[in-house]
Amino acid sequence: MLESIFFYLFGGLATIGALLVVLSRNPMHSVMWLIFCFFNAAGLFFLLDAEFIGIITILIYVGAVMVLFIFVIIMLEVNVARMREGFLHHLPLGGMIAMLVFIEMASAGFSGVFSAEQMGTAVHLGQEVNNTAEIGKELYTHYLLGFELAAIILLAALVGSVVLTIRSRKDAKYQNIPAQIAVKKSDRLRKVRM
Amino acid sequence: MSLLDMAIQAGIWALEILAITIPVALSVAYITYLERRVIGWMQIRKGCNRVGWAGLLQPIADGLKLFLKESIIPTHANKALFVAAPVLALLPALVAFAVIPFGETDLFGIWKSPHLMAIANLNIGILYVMAVGSLAIYGILLAGWASNSKYALIGAVRSTCQMVSYEVSMGFAIVCVLMLAGSMNLGDIVNAQAGGFWHWYIIPLFPMFLVYFISGCAETNRSPFDLPEGESEIVAGFFVEYSGMWFATFSLAEYAAMILISLMTSIMFMGGWHAPIPALDFIPGTLWLLGKTLFFIFLFIWFRATFPRYRYDQLMRLGWKVFLPCTLVWIAVLGIATYTPGLSTIIGFWQPWR
Repeated sequence: MLESIFFYLFGGLATIGALLVVLSRNPMHSVMWLIFCFFNAAGLFFLLDAEFIGIITILIYVGAVMVLFIFVIIMLEVNVARMREGFLHHLPLGGMIAMLVFIEMASAGFSGVFSAEQMGTAVHLGQEVNNTAEIGKELYTHYLLGFELAAIILLAALVGSVVLTIRSRKDAKYQNIPAQIAVKKSDRLRKVRM
Repeated sequence: MSLLDMAIQAGIWALEILAITIPVALSVAYITYLERRVIGWMQIRKGCNRVGWAGLLQPIADGLKLFLKESIIPTHANKALFVAAPVLALLPALVAFAVIPFGETDLFGIWKSPHLMAIANLNIGILYVMAVGSLAIYGILLAGWASNSKYALIGAVRSTCQMVSYEVSMGFAIVCVLMLAGSMNLGDIVNAQAGGFWHWYIIPLFPMFLVYFISGCAETNRSPFDLPEGESEIVAGFFVEYSGMWFATFSLAEYAAMILISLMTSIMFMGGWHAPIPALDFIPGTLWLLGKTLFFIFLFIWFRATFPRYRYDQLMRLGWKVFLPCTLVWIAVLGIATYTPGLSTIIGFWQPWR
């Protein structure tokens, strides 16, 4: 009973948040609503006893990804009037895509796959079952190959971004810290006999 | 569960929350007093000693003054976010206290087994503290952006870069603790260090302890990492435009975060509520924890009194080129030591899960 109340609360707030992301004029407000939406998604994970995934959602998406979003938006100058230019021109195509997605989602929703009889209800286990440990066991035994592949792809992306953005300018003056630390008194100081 | 039971439960929770937030707010007030007196002592002057006996009423006078000041919103500021920013800064600092265990108690023998003195005993307590800590950026970022002021924006951008960079090494330092304790529950981490100071994680993890505490300094924007405020360059950084109580909320958040970092350092590296020598166990555990926390708060103040401010590129170098490789190497060392036949008996001394 209480669980379904909270489910509708989190679900409803997440939907409202997602709508406001699209509808707000100010991109900064959109980002804030997106953060709100992520919090409610994390709440839904908590309801499913998936506390590890819920916290990771907050840590990664809210704590890191959205900060970078805000960073980019701060640097941009957004002209709302120019963004609204040609609204009618693009409306038919956009409207068609929106209708398609709506029909897809509605047909999936009413197909009966998601009906109450078909869905298994999550069984709540006691506090002694450690979510994190279970995920770890599963990830490092059954899905080890996929996990390692993901790690290699991430590493490649990391190296790629460094290679793409690195610029070595020969004329720039960089501080050579090991050389600074290695300097001795005798290198700089000369006694002059008066 | 009937409605009455739920109401009683909600009432108990409300009392628990008040029992933590009110002492935190009071200790924030008196840490500002302590800071002024300690820095005064270190710089051979008096510090505040006029209001009340030895200046003890000074924080209350300061609070009253800030409360009575006018709060100004700049003309072109984004009003909603400008008002929301101080709240968003304070909220994570207070919410994180929900999982901090302040000791273990059996309530003078009424309960059969000792219970953890925390609002919530989460399995993933340490991740919760990290996640909530990472939200502290938003208050600062929004304050800087919503003020529509150049100084504030520069302060906010600086602060964000700094917090994002140092969070990484902080997270890896925590991973080292998890590798030894084998649990993310803060109570389990403390109990893994029971039995004297030679069980404390400061011994096998001394470099990580340094990394965690120094990164904690950078996370809370305390001196010598107070570039976001940088009063000599950008006036007061992200809160230039704030006045009165909203300004006070930012410093409340800063000091609450400082208490939190000190508490976390004592819990993860200094044995939490356990006495350094088992013979000293007759002193209540909570006192030990608060004593250790007070020591770390004193360290924060000591840093402020002695170190000059970092330059921004030096700050980034320290975070990415010194701390990050250091933590990564230490994780590898711990991992290899755990599964190497000879070394595993040594490292196993600190690993109760084996």
